[in-house]
Amino acid sequence: MTDLLELRQVSVFYGARAALDAVSLGVQRGAQVAVVGPNGAGKSTLFKALVGLLPIASGEIRIGGHPPGEFREPVAYVPQREEVDWRFPVTVEDVVAMGRYGRKRWFKRLSAVDRQVVRASLDKLGIGQLSDRPIGELSGGQQQRVFLARALAQEPRVLLLDEPFTGVDIGTKEETLELLSGLREQAVTVLVSTHDLDLAAGRFDQVVLLSGHLVSAGSPQEVFTEAHLQSAFGGQMVVVNGKAIVVDQCCGGGERR
Amino acid sequence: MNWLTEPFALGFMQRSLIASVIVGVVCSLIGCYVVLRSMAFLGDALAHAILPGVAVAYLAGVNLLAGALVAGLLVAVGISFVSRSGTIREDTAIGVFFAAALALGVVLISTMDTYAVDLTHVLFGNVLGVSEVDLWISGGLAAVVLVCIALLYKRLLVVSFDPILGQTLGLHTDLLRTGLFLMLAATIVVSLRTVGVALVAAMLVTPPAAAYLLTRRLPAMMAVSVAIGVVSAISGLYASYYLNVASGGAMVLVATAFFLLAFVFAPRKGVLARLRSPRRPAAG
Repeated sequence: MTDLLELRQVSVFYGARAALDAVSLGVQRGAQVAVVGPNGAGKSTLFKALVGLLPIASGEIRIGGHPPGEFREPVAYVPQREEVDWRFPVTVEDVVAMGRYGRKRWFKRLSAVDRQVVRASLDKLGIGQLSDRPIGELSGGQQQRVFLARALAQEPRVLLLDEPFTGVDIGTKEETLELLSGLREQAVTVLVSTHDLDLAAGRFDQVVLLSGHLVSAGSPQEVFTEAHLQSAFGGQMVVVNGKAIVVDQCCGGGERR
Repeated sequence: MNWLTEPFALGFMQRSLIASVIVGVVCSLIGCYVVLRSMAFLGDALAHAILPGVAVAYLAGVNLLAGALVAGLLVAVGISFVSRSGTIREDTAIGVFFAAALALGVVLISTMDTYAVDLTHVLFGNVLGVSEVDLWISGGLAAVVLVCIALLYKRLLVVSFDPILGQTLGLHTDLLRTGLFLMLAATIVVSLRTVGVALVAAMLVTPPAAAYLLTRRLPAMMAVSVAIGVVSAISGLYASYYLNVASGGAMVLVATAFFLLAFVFAPRKGVLARLRSPRRPAAG
């Protein structure tokens, strides 16, 4: 079976610095993949390259055989922190409905089916009762759920979530994991970046360990070896009683932009 | 109620009324994007930048609005291009263009004999001097802008609110931005006769800003903004007729009064409402 996502020797530069260095990777349709690595490892960069937000300097990305942005099936992307104007006059429902635009729907009114999908997405994330609220009046966790609901309303075949578990409450984290289980049944291909290595090992089929370059990719057992972690995290890792412990300084935001 | 209808027995007052309503509608509508995208400075700059176009048209003896339109479109494309290159910040690019174009306009106009009067009319408008040709040009441009907004509504909403979503949905965000600049330039030309280049920024910003305080969704904000814009424009015209004051200035002052009322008394976002429920989470 060929891979849905294929990266061949992909490099992305910010100025002279390589944020991604010759990364080759394949992801099968329907797989759920955790992308891990220290700050600045290129996790966000990888996602932005996959949706065509960042130009790649060399190499090749194929999604279903097409370059980023040209795959006919929808690819949804939820950034680490939405950089939107929270005072913008839109309600929760308006934002989720934006997930139904595109696919040549720019000129048409939303159909009854579209409305239903929006409704169902809101309910699935437990924010149906907030649909009329301006987005500026929501808490951080609720805002995160709105953008997850919008991604869901896109009915994506590929879903990219950048740090969805960072800085959210336990409830939102659990809801997100439940959502991922639901998507597994629909064979949606999911990539999630996270600092939570336990979660990556326990809940995902495949782990991608980045540190600028690709350190390792494969099943959690294959990836999470002392040698690989040492290579990726270096000084942030200590070995206590024969067990590797990673001291990951989570969420400094060092790899943004 | 005779005083309401009396002014419009005169032909030139009928033209002024139509011109004012057009300005009230189109400025307040496109102004919603100006306010939400923080483009107020750009709007002001574009307005001043059409001055040399007006001067050249005057010297060449063609319709002033035609000259203004050419200059406005050129400057809109210019600012869009320079700021996209990313080497200097957008507000710096705007500042450079805007000052240079204004200077060129003043230099050109100062070569004319009727310098002071004409410059005043261009800067502050002279709604009583609207000709029939002006009206056709304004009406045509306004119609184009309104149709564009209607057709591009969803796209402009998405790229204004969340450009990253726009890009992942396959929108050409740069093209849409340039399109918005061009619509803005056309709107300013529409307003040239009525409020003039110095005050058009106020008609672009003040009604939408008041409407923003009173509403919670974009369609409602647009509707309220247009209502405030049209009422302000017509009130300004009456003030100009009866009090013999400058029409553009009067329109802007009425709009400002609406804004101040909304700022204090708006049900959810007003100062008084915020004092009563101070625990509303801060935006951002």
